[in-house]
Amino acid sequence: MYNAKVLETFAHPKNVGEIENASGVGTVGNASCGDIMQVFLKIEDDKIVDAKFKTFGCAAAIASSDTACEMIKGKSLEDALKIKNSDVVETLEGLPPQKIHCSVLAEEAIAEAIKDYRAKQAK
Amino acid sequence: MRVYLDNSATTALDVEVFEAMKPYFSEIYGNASSLHAFGREALAAVDKARQTIADCINARRDEIFFTSGGSESDNWALTGTAHTYEKQGKHIVTTVIEHPAVMETCRKLQKEGYEITYVKVGSDGRVSLDDIKKAVRDDTILVSVMFANNEMGAIQPIEEIGAFCREEGILFHTDAVQAAGSVKIDVKKMNIDMLSMSAHKFHGPKGIGLLYLRKGVRLERLIVGGHQESGMRAGTTNTPGIIGMAKALEISYRDMEKNNSHMKYLRDYFIDRVSKEIPYCKLNGGTEHRLVNNANFSFDFIEGESILMNLDLNGIAVSSGSACSSGSLEPSYVILSLGAKMEEAHSSIRFSLGKDTTKEEIDYTIEKLKETVARLRSWSPLFKEIKGEDKYV
Repeated sequence: MYNAKVLETFAHPKNVGEIENASGVGTVGNASCGDIMQVFLKIEDDKIVDAKFKTFGCAAAIASSDTACEMIKGKSLEDALKIKNSDVVETLEGLPPQKIHCSVLAEEAIAEAIKDYRAKQAK
Repeated sequence: MRVYLDNSATTALDVEVFEAMKPYFSEIYGNASSLHAFGREALAAVDKARQTIADCINARRDEIFFTSGGSESDNWALTGTAHTYEKQGKHIVTTVIEHPAVMETCRKLQKEGYEITYVKVGSDGRVSLDDIKKAVRDDTILVSVMFANNEMGAIQPIEEIGAFCREEGILFHTDAVQAAGSVKIDVKKMNIDMLSMSAHKFHGPKGIGLLYLRKGVRLERLIVGGHQESGMRAGTTNTPGIIGMAKALEISYRDMEKNNSHMKYLRDYFIDRVSKEIPYCKLNGGTEHRLVNNANFSFDFIEGESILMNLDLNGIAVSSGSACSSGSLEPSYVILSLGAKMEEAHSSIRFSLGKDTTKEEIDYTIEKLKETVARLRSWSPLFKEIKGEDKYV
């Protein structure tokens, strides 16, 4: 049911881990639903210089997290927020229908992390 | 290395079974319902197979009705009983751990106006006779309890429930799909009125099953449109399937002791090592009344489907009770029924051994499982290792 791209991304994720003293952290989902996604961002001059994730979830959730992190690296916050779950799905060359929500979580986790960063900046 | 530990999903067709089936595809291909010699040859083989199966479970030949498999047999037993005996009552007793083939038929019957009581199980995955007794009412027409559970392998007190139902004059159905092949079934001694079975779970072919229906029990038909199976189940007789099912059941009885002790030895070795060598894991279900080939573990802080997929990357095939692998949002209702938390149900993995599983395969699986669990835990936001200490938060 998973395509080769999803399996490859799950097998060898590039962005798994945490960023110490991250500029912003976003956590979405909950364990009882079977998905928790946590995204760590390092932001300099409103630009994402590094993105990492930790995910409790299925192979699609892990592949989506990794892909989303990869996609936002080097982007301005504004451009990062323009990345939608459908872009993540497209980069993964498709996800099974019941797994689309994993890509939605990835989009939400990034938005949460940026929100967290902006809230910290506003203080 | 490729390791198949999903024998509860399906098994490989036995070579001996395959050989027995072969002539019935292109040599003895007649329709068993036809009057001519081609048909009579097929019918003779089907009759013989029916007798073989009846002998295995201590039934009569005319009490065996072939179906397309376990799901059809379950659908037929429940729907048929409900519709045939509705004048005597519209209440059915079953359990919370039944296979979806029983569960969904019950929900369908509820919509038709039947009342269903779903009896709970203990943390060992077993239903108690007392709870069945408490659930039964004056208008109860059927008790349906699976012989052994497909996810965590708990073997149910079928003989006790059978004796009680017979005494009360209530029909008793058991879904023996997961038990058949590794548990000896005696429908007379166990007072079973109806029993479902599927050949592919014990090294027989897919697409063939049966319903044992005790002589004297009436049942509305589920599949109509032909007079096959003594007019009880329409559809051209699946001669090769039937031959294969009989052969597979015969072999399973012949080799049961040897296969069971082999699987139990490896299964216990597996459970022992996993329990000792992987922190924060839990065996789901009890150890005493358990199918010899089943081990079901929950691994804290990580999700089942990702464990399944990571083991798959290493050539190991298992099943998961996580919502993610079933396509639904809810994790396994069977694991939840044991009193497990949602997280534990999401992180459950079923390892089901086969008669040909080797110790090398189990050792390889344990090594890869340890790697997989450690790897996924290092990716999990729920898991943080406290440096220098064997503690996790």
